[in-house]
Amino acid sequence: MNITELTVHELKEKLDKKELTVSEITKAYVDRINEKEKDVNAFVTTLTDEALEKAKQIEEKLSHNENLGEYAGIPIGIKDNMCTKGIKTTCASRMLENFISPYDGTVVNKVINEQNMIDLGKLNMDEFAMGSSTETSYFKKTKNPWDLSKVPGGSSGGSAAAVSANMVPWALGSDTGGSIRQPASLCGVVGLKPTYGLVSRYGLVAFASSLDQIGPITKDVEDSAILLSIIAGHDEKDSTSMNIPKKDYTKSLKNDIKGLKIGVPKEFFGEGINEEVKTSLNTAIEKYKELGAVVEETSLNIAEYALAAYYIIACAEASSNLGRFDGIRYGYRAKNCETLKDIFVNSRSEGFGAEVKRRIILGTYVLSSGYYDAYYKKAQKVRTLVKNEFAKNLEKYDVLLTPTSPITAFKIGEKTENPLEMYLSDICTVSINIAGVPAISIPCGVDKEGMPIGMQLIGKHFDEETILNTAYTYEKNTNFREKYKPTFKGGAN
Amino acid sequence: MAREDYEVVIGLEVHAELSTKTKIFCSCPTEFGGKPNTHCCPVCMAMPGALPVLNEKVVEYAVKAGLATNCEISMDSKNDRKNYFYPDLPKSYQISQFDKPLCERGYVEIETSEGKKKIGLTRIHIEEDAGKLNHDEYGRGSLVDLNRAGVPLIEIVSEPDMRSVEEADVYLKKLKSILEYIEVSDCKMQEGSLRADVNVSIRKKGQKEYGTRTEMKNMNSFRSITRAIEYEIERQIEVVENGGKIDQETLRWDEVSGKTFSMRDKEDAQDYRYFPEPDLVAIKLSKEYIDNIRKNLPELPESRKERYIEEYKLTEKEARMITSSKYLSDFFEKGVEISNNPKAICNWLLSDVARILNEQEKEPDEIPFMPEDLAELVALIENGTISTKIAKDVLEKMFETKEKPNKIIKDNGWVQISDEGAIKEVVQKILDANPQSIIDYKNGKDKALGFLVGQAMKETKGKANPQMLNNMFKEAMK
Repeated sequence: MNITELTVHELKEKLDKKELTVSEITKAYVDRINEKEKDVNAFVTTLTDEALEKAKQIEEKLSHNENLGEYAGIPIGIKDNMCTKGIKTTCASRMLENFISPYDGTVVNKVINEQNMIDLGKLNMDEFAMGSSTETSYFKKTKNPWDLSKVPGGSSGGSAAAVSANMVPWALGSDTGGSIRQPASLCGVVGLKPTYGLVSRYGLVAFASSLDQIGPITKDVEDSAILLSIIAGHDEKDSTSMNIPKKDYTKSLKNDIKGLKIGVPKEFFGEGINEEVKTSLNTAIEKYKELGAVVEETSLNIAEYALAAYYIIACAEASSNLGRFDGIRYGYRAKNCETLKDIFVNSRSEGFGAEVKRRIILGTYVLSSGYYDAYYKKAQKVRTLVKNEFAKNLEKYDVLLTPTSPITAFKIGEKTENPLEMYLSDICTVSINIAGVPAISIPCGVDKEGMPIGMQLIGKHFDEETILNTAYTYEKNTNFREKYKPTFKGGAN
Repeated sequence: MAREDYEVVIGLEVHAELSTKTKIFCSCPTEFGGKPNTHCCPVCMAMPGALPVLNEKVVEYAVKAGLATNCEISMDSKNDRKNYFYPDLPKSYQISQFDKPLCERGYVEIETSEGKKKIGLTRIHIEEDAGKLNHDEYGRGSLVDLNRAGVPLIEIVSEPDMRSVEEADVYLKKLKSILEYIEVSDCKMQEGSLRADVNVSIRKKGQKEYGTRTEMKNMNSFRSITRAIEYEIERQIEVVENGGKIDQETLRWDEVSGKTFSMRDKEDAQDYRYFPEPDLVAIKLSKEYIDNIRKNLPELPESRKERYIEEYKLTEKEARMITSSKYLSDFFEKGVEISNNPKAICNWLLSDVARILNEQEKEPDEIPFMPEDLAELVALIENGTISTKIAKDVLEKMFETKEKPNKIIKDNGWVQISDEGAIKEVVQKILDANPQSIIDYKNGKDKALGFLVGQAMKETKGKANPQMLNNMFKEAMK
């Protein structure tokens, strides 16, 4: 038995049956990290020694029948933009290279302190979650386990790569415009962006407050439902988190979608979408029909404006959110400053990378007087139209089906010189954040180079159950995980 | 042209710290003082990932202020971010309200030597205070104290309705008393919990358009506000008279030199890039919520004033002066409760107490003794233990030593001499020394009696009972 290939629900079953111990599981993951991390570079901070220590403590407590969480002793990886008390939270930025948070964020508190999961480390990402390839990280470039010369996607590239490479059984990511789903797609794993307001953002270092959501990146759909059940729920520390009853999302996994109405927006299959991606999606659509779903073509004609609106809104909010990194209280401070202005200007010039600065400048511009109406205000109007368009479609259909990414994983360095081309990687995902609805990405095939292709299923507000069941039913009736595995090829660079 | 040819136009933006127990977006205490950075948490220190949650009390207090100043309360309001960099602003944006303030279109009625007048209020909105910078006096740097960061404020913006320094002064005092009465702010100007930005412009009488205004920021005493406005009016008139034009700029008032200095002009005016605060939800108020606050609004100065005239027979002027400060008014009521002599309590407060406060440049809430102490003083006069003259000395001592009147009298041996034998002795002694006064008195010069009483008071260091002296001198000279 290869422990690190098991899903969490499988691990849990073996723990319950005492076929495995917490230490054995943790040890297996630590060994795997020691073996693969040098090729993949998924972590900013690894906590292997601490994990082994915690595993012992948990085993001890379990032997005394102490009441720990249901998933006590299950390892997890955490994207490095979620505040962890006493452990560095860098956002993959020079600005926060040595920043240690004085508090645990709400979701971190749930998984680490309440559930007693074991933190294997903090995962690499695009700097401040700005990017689609994890190449804007100040520290390192994470590689795609399916081809080490390619990017894992981003911004949660470290999380997706670590899950894909079996270095963690599951991980937390964050998604502002596709940052969970797109890397999940490129790394052949499952990534869920919950409805805006389902999961608390307290302790998630803000990129774009009205779009950010934390979500699970997992090996399969059942694990996704499990982790979502743990992290979802109202938080009085986050005013934008909705007060709705807690749910057990695993109950929605029925392996039955007979009569389900699936809409396929034709705009997501047009220009710019790779032919192999289209073909793979069409095969999946046929599968759904076979499983009893009613699939129809529909239209989301506002989607093409969503990308522009997204970059205006996200950058506007980011330009304000990142103001706090001023070199005064924490984080990077430039040396040899003569004046107060020097501290601000030099610390931010030296502490932020190019992509972050690009977005701060863009965001500052669209909010400045004289331009506000033409950009920010107009983008908000587009946002309303996008929401309405989604609402209209989701009245008619239970689920909308699209590709997650227009292309499969690209070469490291291929798009770094052309930010606009990089932004197009988000074309299929951003409108979902703009609308605030939930979406899941699951693998549905590979291209001729063997790189994973992802399918995105979009649902109604707070109806994660339907997309989870839709994804689950597909997964149960196909066998992607058995057929395809990351090969770690192309590593000789 | 002379000053009379110009009309002054003044508008005030008043910032009042709300006296909620906790800060506006976290549960840290709002208490003044405390060691630097001890009333802080990840939220008010703007740690990465921290989020604000609106303190509902802040909304309630702001609505109270709006209702007490005749504002329309918005049922649909929101917070916005005002972006700028400064070390005392940890998030690099202040959460404030931009285009949808909680309260709009109110007024405050004032009374000056010119009569009654309504000063319009444009709006009242809620926002957070910034921290404080402590500058090292040796120039080694500045330290940031975030205890005040996130303390709730309301900003009350007036229309440019004031036409004189007096109106501005009276308006501010009235506003302060209203806020004190409804108990939403302690309005301690010396602690900075009430401060004003003053906008001043001038225009030729009869001119329709406003002149270019200048703004003086963060003024926190009535004295400096009136002085600064006076100065600024004179300065602007001088500029215009000399053919110059007024620049729209922000000025700093310097208390020591008594002058204003330019801080920044319109050229480098900040672009605050306001936009809706995405971390907070819209503020939706129901009619019931607003009505409920309206119903429970405490008695306002206006109605207290009427009551004092009715109940305690104070004059309109006395009642107005007493109610001008909630502290004074509460002090008065407590004093009356004990002494049952409203006139006397009122006189003491408006004459000698007010004089001493004025001399010491203090506010009523800095009276160093309790209402029961003043009541005790009044009782000591009523029962003849001390004379009114001595009582004035006792009051001075009460300000100085904060001792009780009884103790002060005892310690200083100021008990009034009411012993008939002792007084008779003094009377005789004075009469013996002033035979001419006796003749004058008998010739109908009443002034002579006053002189003799005065001499006797001098002899007894003011301790003799003046009424008894009066009677005995009259008796002796019959």
